[in-house]
Amino acid sequence: MITVASATKRYGRTAVVDDVALELGDVGVTAIIGANGAGKSTLLSLIGRLLPLDSGRIEIDGLDVGATKGDVLARLVAVLRQENHLTARLTVRDLVGFGRFPHGRGRIDAAGRAAIEEAIAYLDLEPLAERFLDELSGGQRQRAFIAMALAQDTRYLLLDEPLNSLDLRHAVEIMRLLRRLAAERGTRVVVVLHDLNFAAAHADRIIAMRDGRVIADGPPASVMRSEVLEAVYDLPIDVREIDGARVGLYFR
Amino acid sequence: MALLAVASTFVGVADVSPSALLAQGSDGEAARLLVASRIPRTVSLVLAGASLAIVGLIMQMLVRNRFVEPSTTGTAESAALGLLVVTLLAPGMPLIGKMGVAAVFALAGTGLFLLILRRIPVRQIVLVPLVGIMLGGVIGAVTTFIAYRYDLLQTLGTWMTGDFSGILRGRYELLWIAFVLTVLAWVAADRFTVAGLGRDVATNLGLHHGRVLAGGLAIVAVITATVVVTAGVIPFLGLVVPNVVSMVIGDDVRRGIPWVAVLGAGFVVACDLVGRLIRFPYEIPLGIVVGVVGAALFLWLLLRKGSRAH
Repeated sequence: MITVASATKRYGRTAVVDDVALELGDVGVTAIIGANGAGKSTLLSLIGRLLPLDSGRIEIDGLDVGATKGDVLARLVAVLRQENHLTARLTVRDLVGFGRFPHGRGRIDAAGRAAIEEAIAYLDLEPLAERFLDELSGGQRQRAFIAMALAQDTRYLLLDEPLNSLDLRHAVEIMRLLRRLAAERGTRVVVVLHDLNFAAAHADRIIAMRDGRVIADGPPASVMRSEVLEAVYDLPIDVREIDGARVGLYFR
Repeated sequence: MALLAVASTFVGVADVSPSALLAQGSDGEAARLLVASRIPRTVSLVLAGASLAIVGLIMQMLVRNRFVEPSTTGTAESAALGLLVVTLLAPGMPLIGKMGVAAVFALAGTGLFLLILRRIPVRQIVLVPLVGIMLGGVIGAVTTFIAYRYDLLQTLGTWMTGDFSGILRGRYELLWIAFVLTVLAWVAADRFTVAGLGRDVATNLGLHHGRVLAGGLAIVAVITATVVVTAGVIPFLGLVVPNVVSMVIGDDVRRGIPWVAVLGAGFVVACDLVGRLIRFPYEIPLGIVVGVVGAALFLWLLLRKGSRAH
């Protein structure tokens, strides 16, 4: 379980994450939604110890993220930011291989090699495995980074807007993949999503944030309601039910 | 590489050819020259070339910029300043002590460079080495001024221009420190690659980014200082060699280090040979030959990569 207790992060005087208390990792896929600047990405970075907390406490399976050794946490939780600029020229297989770094400090055993190949296959990257990352499209690179996080083989997987720069087909495939991970490996996925309909279609639980606070939290059916979504996005959103699934219409 | 090294051993004013060696025996003039001058020179060229090229590779991973190396980040100039200061204040200090002071200065100079980079987040990849070259210019100007006041300009010149003609047995052994650190860098190669993926990815993979940065910069500073103390600055070497290797086999440091080392050593030995042959029996200092060839290669890299670097 990931336990967030009165977590606060400030930039200057504004609290980007404001006294948030949450339990995460109870279900397979948890989606965090909200407008720009709502604090979604910051919260994810705090949990993944990419940013230090100003106050509060975050524990993953009882381990304080601020005090636990880096490699111990790295075998428990993988976190991927949305922007991954790379100046190093690595092949896809090299990059995915570095997902095994927490397990062997650079030495890769048979199990590690199997995990690398499996991650590459999971993301459909076999034809690109020997290509250099700077020769790939943005979406392909994004998939390579997700494969690296997969090879890390952690119980918790935190992804910040992984659908950015993916076309529709690959976006759907990534969401299906996250579902598969949850079902087949028992991975607990926490994913920040821009598109609320992707959240509604694939998540078991949706957390909606605004101004650094959680303002709605529950199964898709409870969050995907017009009045809730309007409060989240400041935009009238018409929610319809199509074949048993709730869809928010906000395009016009 | 091996051929170059052998050639380097047998080229010089005095006749040290295999036939002369055989004719004069093991305590002839040729053999003494070989042991006292030629072999030390070749060994030190190989050590300096390999370790400086690897220093460039490490810096490029840590700073995450293709165009940094000791002579484009103020590191080499800082080492020379340190050497000047210690020469003025404690002229009797043994060479290893002077090297230590130069290393501390090099580390401080590189740290200053990183601080400036953090303050002005440069988006343009080519701006990073420009900032470093400007910083190096400022430090160099201060150093020159001090040297001028104390009539040490000529000494400073020998540090700033790599020259291996003065290398004799007993005056190059410090370079073995560079060799040890190079091996250390090879052992830690994966950490440098992971650090090169950026702070967030490195943290995610359980790597203490700050520690790797500090350790890497320490290696960079000490190697730079040893080379400056024994032979002088060899510009552009750490820039050209890793970039060429990167183009061919990529940036995995573990895979790249042996290639960078061999190519760096070969490049330096070749340039030294050119410098010795071009107006035989006189010599052109190595730093100048490498500077000319390296600058041309640097320009070519900039023009080739500048457009698609992101």
